[in-house]
Amino acid sequence: MAKIKKKIRTITVNADKCNGCRTCEVMCSAFHAVPPYSSNNPGRSRIQIITDRLGDIWLPVFAGEYTEAECMGRNKYIIDGKEYRECDSCRASCPARDLFKEPDSGLPLKCDMCDGEDEPICVKWCLVDALSYEEREEEVEEEKPNMTQMEIGLEQFAKKHGLQTVIDTVTRMAKKG
Amino acid sequence: MRYAEAGYYLEIDLATGNIERVATDPKLMQLHLGGLGTSIKEHWDRVPPEVKAFDPENHLIFSTGLLNATPAFSANRSVVTFVSPQSGTLAYPMMGGFFAAELKYAGYDKVIFKNKSPNWVYLYINNDKVEIRDASHLQGRGAVETQELIRKELNLPKAQVAAIGLAGENRVFTASIEQSRSSASRLGGGAVMGDKKIKAIAVRGTKDIYLARPDEFMEQMKGVTDYIKYRWANPIKDVMTILSGIGSPQEMLHTDEKWHTENFAWGNARTRRRDFWTEEIDESWSKSQHAAVKRLISCFNCPTHCGALISHKDTPRYMAKCFGKLTYAMAAYVDDLDFSWKILQRATEYGVDSFSTPQILAFAVELYEAGILTDKDFAGCPSDKEGRFFWLLDRVVRREGIGDVLADGVYFAARKIGNGAEAFDHNTIKKHEQLPVKLGTLDPLYFLMYSTNEKISITQMEGQWPQSAFPTMEQREEFVRDWPQIPHEGFKQYVLDWELRGEKSIPYYPTPDMCSEIVDWMEMMHNIDDAVGMCCGMSSFCLKPPYHIHNYPKLISAATGMDLDEDGLKEIANRNRNLHRAYNNRKGIRRADEKPPQDHWKKRFPELEEELLSTYYKYKGWNEDGIPTREKLEELGLGYVANDLEMRGILKNGEN
Repeated sequence: MAKIKKKIRTITVNADKCNGCRTCEVMCSAFHAVPPYSSNNPGRSRIQIITDRLGDIWLPVFAGEYTEAECMGRNKYIIDGKEYRECDSCRASCPARDLFKEPDSGLPLKCDMCDGEDEPICVKWCLVDALSYEEREEEVEEEKPNMTQMEIGLEQFAKKHGLQTVIDTVTRMAKKG
Repeated sequence: MRYAEAGYYLEIDLATGNIERVATDPKLMQLHLGGLGTSIKEHWDRVPPEVKAFDPENHLIFSTGLLNATPAFSANRSVVTFVSPQSGTLAYPMMGGFFAAELKYAGYDKVIFKNKSPNWVYLYINNDKVEIRDASHLQGRGAVETQELIRKELNLPKAQVAAIGLAGENRVFTASIEQSRSSASRLGGGAVMGDKKIKAIAVRGTKDIYLARPDEFMEQMKGVTDYIKYRWANPIKDVMTILSGIGSPQEMLHTDEKWHTENFAWGNARTRRRDFWTEEIDESWSKSQHAAVKRLISCFNCPTHCGALISHKDTPRYMAKCFGKLTYAMAAYVDDLDFSWKILQRATEYGVDSFSTPQILAFAVELYEAGILTDKDFAGCPSDKEGRFFWLLDRVVRREGIGDVLADGVYFAARKIGNGAEAFDHNTIKKHEQLPVKLGTLDPLYFLMYSTNEKISITQMEGQWPQSAFPTMEQREEFVRDWPQIPHEGFKQYVLDWELRGEKSIPYYPTPDMCSEIVDWMEMMHNIDDAVGMCCGMSSFCLKPPYHIHNYPKLISAATGMDLDEDGLKEIANRNRNLHRAYNNRKGIRRADEKPPQDHWKKRFPELEEELLSTYYKYKGWNEDGIPTREKLEELGLGYVANDLEMRGILKNGEN
C-alpha cells in the first residue's frame, strides 16, 4: 500500500497529573451541544475518565473508531503498581460497553479534535495540564476513507430495521421535502 | 424547557415504598434559587416544629445546587437537610465529590425521603429507573466499602454512591454521610439516614442540563478561569500559607502546620502548644504526609485538589479531606502524624464527623483522668494514647458501654454522666462541638459568626474578610489594592484603619456596626454558595475568590434565563437566611442560645458582646431576641412566616 504524509492531531494524556475532576467530560459535551454550550452531559462526551479511585486510576481516554465487535482481550495489566483492565485504555466504542455512545440513541461518538478550534476544548479547560494537544506529520499507509458519522448511524439503523426499510424511509422523507 | 435545574424532585416514602417524580414550580427558583434555599422552603412547608430528629415525620433531603452539572468550576456541593438530633435545629451539612452532578444528570434536583423503612435499604437511581433495594447484605459494612460494593453489584463503575457506615446505622449523633472523597459531616445527617434505615443512595445519570444563554455564561466562565490562573500565579501576601491560595485549605498539599498546631487547642480544647512545631516535627510530619498521600484529587469539575488518596502502610486505602489530618492527633495528644492516617481510615469507614468525634473522645479521656469516668467505664481500654483513642472510637460507633453515652455528643453525654461532667463540656455552642479554638481576647467578628449562624460552627462561616489586622500600612494598602470582591468600597477603609493594637484593634474594632456589615456579607456569600452548590473554597470561605457578589448575578442569569441583578440576588439570599432563621426560631433558638462557652476567650467583654448582638440583630431586621420582625419578613415576601410566628406566640402581634 502506498505511503502518504498525514497530519496527525492527537491528545497526549499525562494520567499522573489528572485530578479526576471530569471537567474535560463536561466541556466536551457542552462544546458539541447544538448550539454550542447550550447543554451539558458527560454521558455525551467524547472523552471519558476511567476511574478506580482507590486503585489510584484516573485515566482520561478520548474516543477513537467504532468497532462492530467486542474484542477477545480481557487481560489485566499492572503498570507502576496499578491494575488496569484492557478496556481501560481502549478508545473504541464497542458493543461491550456504553462508553462513547450517545446515551439516548446508542450511536457511537468519536473525538473530532474540536475541528476549527485552536486546540481541543478538553485540553483548553484542563487546568491541571493532564491533557496536551499535539500536531505532527507522519508517513502512514494510505487508508480507505473513513465512514462518516452519518454512515455509521445509518448502518446501525440498517442493522436494526433492515437496509430496505432505511432506504424506504429516506425516500419517503425526500418526497416530503 | 427548564434551565440550570432539572425541574424534578424525587419523593420517596420509605414506609410505603412509594416513589414519585414530581415536577417543581419554576417560581421556587425565582424565590429561593435552589440547593439550601429551596430545601429550607420544603422543610418549612412539610416539617412542623414539633417534629424531632428521629420522628418518622422528619424529612431527609439530598439537594443539588442551581449551578451543579453546568460548566461552572467547583459547583459540586450536595446539601443534606434534616432536623438534627444534636442541635434540634434545621441542619445542612454539605459534601463535595460527584454526587450532586450525577443526580442532576439523572434528572433530579432533590431526593426527598420521608418516614422510615422497616428494613435496611438503598436507593438506586439510573435516570428514569428508580428502585428501593434491599441492603441487608450491606449492614455493618464500612462507608467506603459500601460505595465500592454497590458499584460492583450494579456493574456501574460511574455510579456515584453516598453511604453511611456503622456510626450512621447506630444513630451516633456525629455520624456522617460519606461519598467519594467527601462527606456531609456536621450535626448528624448519618444518624438520621440510619434512623430511616437508608444505607446508601446510588445514582447514575446521562441526561442533559441546559443553559439559557450559553454565550454569556461561557463569557463569565472565561473571566472566572482567567482569575483562577491569576490567583495561582499571585498568592496573597502576608497571610498564612493555607489562606494565600484558592480552594479549601490545601492541607493535603501543604505540610507546614505550624499555625494550626500552635494556635488551635489540643486535647479537649484545653492546651495551646506554642512551641510544638520544631524542625524535627516538621521533618517527621512532612515525611509521613508525603509517604501517605498517593495523589491529590479534586471534586467534580474543580481545578483545585483539596483531597487526597491515602495509602498508608498496611492501612486500607481511603480518600481524605482537609482538616481530619490534624483533629485526631491533636485531640489525642499524639505527636506522630502516622497515627492520623490510621485512625482517619477507620473513622471514614465508620462514617463519623472528624471535627466533633475527636473532641468527644478527648472529652472522655479528660473525664477519666479527672476520675469522673472510672476504670469500670474503661475496662479493656489500652493505656497508651493511640490505643485509647481507637478503643474509644470503636465503643462510640458501636454504642457499647460508655460509648453509648458518648455517642450522643459532648453536651448530652456530660448531662447524662453528671457528677461534675458538665464542667468539661466547655466547647459546644447550641449543643454542638466547635473547633478547638480558644483565644486570649474576644474577636467580635468571630463572636458573631460563631454564635448566630445557622451553620452552628465557624468551620465554614469565616471567609473573604482577613482573620486579623495587617501589622503595617504598606501591607494593608497592598491587600486592598486589588479587591474587586467587596460589596462596596467602604470595606477597604475598614482594613486600612484596622490596627493590631490600640484604639482601632480587637475587640473594639471593627466596630459593632462594621462587624454587622462584614458578617452580613459573609453570610450572604455562604447563602448564595449553598443555594447554587458552589464549594465555599472557591467563594465564601476564601480570601479574594473567583466567585463573588458582582459576577454571581451574571452567571446565574445566563444559566437560568432569569434576569437577576445584585440587589435581586441579595434579596433572595436574605429571604433564605430569614426563612432559615425563622425555622430555627420555631425550634426554640433565641438570643440566650447565641453565645460561646464562658472560657472561650480568656478575657470576656459581656457588655460589648451584648452590644454586638443587638447591633447585628438590628442590622438584620430582627428583634432583640433574634427573631425576624414582621416588617422584615414582609419586605422579603415572607408574610406567611410572620403569620406563623405570631400564631405560635414567637412574634408578638404587631411587634417590630
